[in-house]
Amino acid sequence: MLEIKDVHANVAGNEILNGITLTVRPGEVHAIMGPNGSGKSTLAQVLAGRDTYEVTKGSIRYNGKDLLDMDPEERAREGVFLAFQYPVEIPGVSNTYFLKSALNAIRKHRGLEEIDAVDFLQLVKEKMRLVELDDTLLNRPVNEGFSGGEKKRNEIFHMAVLEPKLAILDETDSGLDIDALRIVADGVNKLRRKDNAIIVVTHYQRLLNYIVPDFVHVLVDGRIAKSGGKELALTLEEKGYDWVKEDLERASVQA
Amino acid sequence: MNGDSKSPVHQLRRQAIGRFQETGFPTSRHEEWKFTNVSPIAKVSFEPSVQLESDALTLDQIEAHLLPTTNRIVFVNGHYSKSLSSIGRMPAGVVCGSLAAAVKNSHKSVETYLGRLVKLDETPFVSLNTAFLLDGAFLLIPDNTVVEDPIHFLFLAIGDRPSMITPRNLVVAGKNSQATIVESFGFVRAGQYLTNVVTEMFVDEGAVIEHDKLQSEHMDAFHIALMHASMSSRSTLTSNSISLGGSIVRNNISAVLGGEGIECTLNGLSLGTGSQLIDNHTTIDHAKPHCASHELYKAILDGNARGVFNGKIFVRPDAQKTDAKQTNKTLLLSDDAIMDTKPQLEIFADDVKCTHGATVGQLDAEQLFYLRSRGIGELKARDILTFAFASDVVGRVHHDALRERLEVLVHELLNRGRAVGD
Repeated sequence: MLEIKDVHANVAGNEILNGITLTVRPGEVHAIMGPNGSGKSTLAQVLAGRDTYEVTKGSIRYNGKDLLDMDPEERAREGVFLAFQYPVEIPGVSNTYFLKSALNAIRKHRGLEEIDAVDFLQLVKEKMRLVELDDTLLNRPVNEGFSGGEKKRNEIFHMAVLEPKLAILDETDSGLDIDALRIVADGVNKLRRKDNAIIVVTHYQRLLNYIVPDFVHVLVDGRIAKSGGKELALTLEEKGYDWVKEDLERASVQA
Repeated sequence: MNGDSKSPVHQLRRQAIGRFQETGFPTSRHEEWKFTNVSPIAKVSFEPSVQLESDALTLDQIEAHLLPTTNRIVFVNGHYSKSLSSIGRMPAGVVCGSLAAAVKNSHKSVETYLGRLVKLDETPFVSLNTAFLLDGAFLLIPDNTVVEDPIHFLFLAIGDRPSMITPRNLVVAGKNSQATIVESFGFVRAGQYLTNVVTEMFVDEGAVIEHDKLQSEHMDAFHIALMHASMSSRSTLTSNSISLGGSIVRNNISAVLGGEGIECTLNGLSLGTGSQLIDNHTTIDHAKPHCASHELYKAILDGNARGVFNGKIFVRPDAQKTDAKQTNKTLLLSDDAIMDTKPQLEIFADDVKCTHGATVGQLDAEQLFYLRSRGIGELKARDILTFAFASDVVGRVHHDALRERLEVLVHELLNRGRAVGD
């Protein structure tokens, strides 16, 4: 589904991704972990098409297509979804209007008719229950005045409505208390299917207790320093990221 | 409005003619007109507007200008049109109609109030308006009277002659009265005409008045407007001024808060495109203690459009516990659009809360990316964000049907000249 090959990316001349290679197949959940500044969020933003990052080398193929050649909206219509670390407030645009516009753009791309108001409302009500989102947040402007937890739940609610093939959750756990974390994780788990994939970007292991990954990758200095199964997350929790860094240094000395 | 040469109105006109002959049009050397060059107006040989035959326009022809209300007073080229006007059921004592008719009937309120708030030498355009004082809307609401349905003052221009249209409006709202007034300007035929309107408004104790102005003149026309409001204790005035048309537009809006417990809100929205110049000058004069004023002026400028905002707030020595907030936000949609903004706060009391802020910027890149990353196309995303910026002001119009009409209008205008993708 997703093939990232030797991707280098920089922002304002600073190289942040330094040769990332990663393959994600349908049905898989990959966790990207790493210390602050290791490039996790950059990778998430590059996948979604944020133009402040310049990809200088490497390729990303998504379902056989050149992802880097696509506009952010094209990627979304093809099924890529980014749950933002810091969801943006958009005063003056209601959550439902925004979501309906997004859903219809995606439906149109897939050759489907615009969803009618009744069906949309029904869909929205159903998906809101998934993340226990309050009804009143529907008609409020997007994220405006939402609490930190509400913003994150709103992201997963959008994901539930738009049904992406590849979802990237960028530090969706940050700022959540344990109850909110469980609600968000349960919501994500209900959206797991054989034909979709999820990339979970996180600093801490705790989210991975709820969203259990198939693979864990540790990002250090813009490249994947270590990959493993779900138990790698536990090791990291125990030993910290320095352990991976030291491992890396030893390896480079031996080489 | 010709009458007896000894009548007060006649005297006022004579003074005004003399005054304008002395001053002529303002130039950019005048501080108040620094950013707004009106020489294109001075160059046109305007002619007094001609009254049309009473059946020259039908309701069908002006349907696009009508608003969802049963009360409307219509002026064509500044002349009152009886056939197009219509007033629904009004509470006892309300007078709503032509100012000229009220003058003719020597209505007591006209003599008491006309020309009392707006000084002749305030701007040369005021003397010009007064010199050619012809007609306008007159609204008198007695004490303790509520007018439910909005009252629409509709000014239509037939633009095929370079007419000078000089409406003069007078609103007298009695104690604890309540009403929504809509003042709108439009055109039936295109052209380079001048609307130079003056509105005086007296808001007595405890009255609650909303004044919504919709200016959609022809793009070649000039629109100069001045509104003065005098507010008494515990009264509330909300002014929402929306400027869409006109090549040179200047709005002066002033409110004097002359009692305690007053709430004054001035909101504005300008949509400028092409080479339009839209200038808003506001003055809020806090003369007494314990009053609040809120001001939100927004502009969306495209093409080579220019915007001007000058917001004066005076807090007099007596006006302790004043709470004044002024905000001016501008969205520039093109590199060639220009905004000049100048907050001007003069505070002579020490126990007050006064804030002001001005921002000029482009669409937020983070917001654009957020919308696009959910599948919304770039053009549509820009459209959504631009409209959201505007709806912040339009959304403050209280009357539902009116607000919805305005929202549709603003949306259409934002999309003029381009097809919106998805």
